[in-house]
Amino acid sequence: MTVYIGSGAGFAGDRLDAGIPVVETLKHKDGPRYLIFEVMGERTLAIAQRIKMRKPELGYSPYLEPYLRNVLAACKEHGITIVTNLGNANPLGGAKRTYELAAELGIEGLRVAVVLGDDLLSFMDADEIADLPTVEGISIDGKEIIAANAYLGARPVADAIKLGVDVVLVGRTTDAALVLGPLIHEYGWGLEDWDLLAQGTLAGHLLECGGQVTGGYFCDPGFKDVPGMDELGFPIGEIEADGTVTITKADNTGGLVNRATVTEQMLYEVHDPSAYLTPDVTLDISNVSLADDGKDRIRVTGARGAPPPKTLKVTVSADGGWLGESEMIYAGPNALARARLAADIVRTRVTGHGVSEPVRVEIVGTGAVYDNDASDRERAKNMPMDGEYRLRAAVRSLDKATAQYVNDEVLSLFCSGPAGGGGYRCNITGQVNTASVLVPRGPVEEQAIAREVEPS
Amino acid sequence: MSDMITVPLHAVAHGRTGDKGNRANISLIPYVAAAYPLLQEQVTPERVLQLFRHKGATDVKRYDLPNLTAMNFVIDNALEGGVNSALSQDLHGKTLSFMLLGEVEVTVPKSCIPAGSRYL
Repeated sequence: MTVYIGSGAGFAGDRLDAGIPVVETLKHKDGPRYLIFEVMGERTLAIAQRIKMRKPELGYSPYLEPYLRNVLAACKEHGITIVTNLGNANPLGGAKRTYELAAELGIEGLRVAVVLGDDLLSFMDADEIADLPTVEGISIDGKEIIAANAYLGARPVADAIKLGVDVVLVGRTTDAALVLGPLIHEYGWGLEDWDLLAQGTLAGHLLECGGQVTGGYFCDPGFKDVPGMDELGFPIGEIEADGTVTITKADNTGGLVNRATVTEQMLYEVHDPSAYLTPDVTLDISNVSLADDGKDRIRVTGARGAPPPKTLKVTVSADGGWLGESEMIYAGPNALARARLAADIVRTRVTGHGVSEPVRVEIVGTGAVYDNDASDRERAKNMPMDGEYRLRAAVRSLDKATAQYVNDEVLSLFCSGPAGGGGYRCNITGQVNTASVLVPRGPVEEQAIAREVEPS
Repeated sequence: MSDMITVPLHAVAHGRTGDKGNRANISLIPYVAAAYPLLQEQVTPERVLQLFRHKGATDVKRYDLPNLTAMNFVIDNALEGGVNSALSQDLHGKTLSFMLLGEVEVTVPKSCIPAGSRYL
């Protein structure tokens, strides 16, 4: 037996139609087949939680409907189980919406299950959460917590699949759990089958970012060429009972799978390759081998597993105030001198106005993204004076008026700044700050449940 | 040694940045496996720290994966606070892999550069 797991999205904002050729390919395969959509970043839950506070029936991903609409009927017809974190902060609300969509599409007999229990605020009070040890990010002490969600592992995902449903909607699990869950269910891997769990987790890590393993976010023309990126084929993992993983992609699509694409994705967001921590297993990829297995097929073996940590990671979110950004462009002869004068004017004005927050004033076109807040590199460099340079100012403040004020200083350059500025753009966006904290497993995992949702 | 050439890493290797909090990782993967020991010798954590120090980087660790002919640099505090507090256009530091590829030079035999490369 081979288990086939395809990816339809690697982030919220991925192509809405990428899943269609994946389903088209999966439906011709013989064996258990799954389609995953991974759509959650660190800030997703805080944003979803805020939406849910305003409208309790919402808080599931706004992408649930557009992604599922394209594949739901075909998946139901061909027995391809959808496993996804499109549930965001409200998997139950997402289930209700999925049933409505099924009715609209004329799909009969659809069954949906959810995984619940990642939301710490539903069973811990905020003070208890604030006392948990922070490993990364802001100090949450004294801040109002918007969301606090533990990364659950693959076990509850496997439990949900076991219910025999067509769609599993989860909130915060590890991304890899969307892949490891089906494998635990299909192969009955045990709690201490460390090397198998490691291979399954690695399969999840390779598939969770969608096209990033098939040539997306990889192509560098003339160096790493990728064909047909306008129709990039999303990945399919073929996983054997012994844990061997073959990464390939949807038929009749663009993109490619080779050692280079797989290696780049394997190390993506990895720190110590011998200890990638998940709730299911500590993954060691330091001895992983890749083997060519035909066109667009790479076989991946050799992941090792060790027991997971005794704690779960929790992302805690708090209000992060406002980010103001504003830009003005200068072009043609002496453009850099004019942009530099504009930058100096803005710096002097905001300092004079008493803005206490750091304000970054930089010149795009001089390597600004590699520079620091003080533009030290730009000052030291001899850039051509003629050309096209874009002034950019950015500030973070708890006070929206400060963000507006800095934007307005850039705007005022139109009539009071150097000659020839144009193309003013600005925005002010609400920010969410996050911290990673650790929580003991037991009390949280007791809350984690999988259950089928009845159509209303 | 006339076949040796000094080029930006971009001629010899590729890589990708990932982020977690205020920590970035950059993978580095040579196009030609023979370049791997030369990169191990020349692309030291100290050099990479030097590259990112102006952004506030405080420490760089390098993990070698000879099976994959790859290495992984983990850079602490290179993201100006990360998504929580950075003011850069690129809050996640996703563009930093190309800074490493563009600004660190290595000296390698020409055979370590893929045929047809514009660096040859």
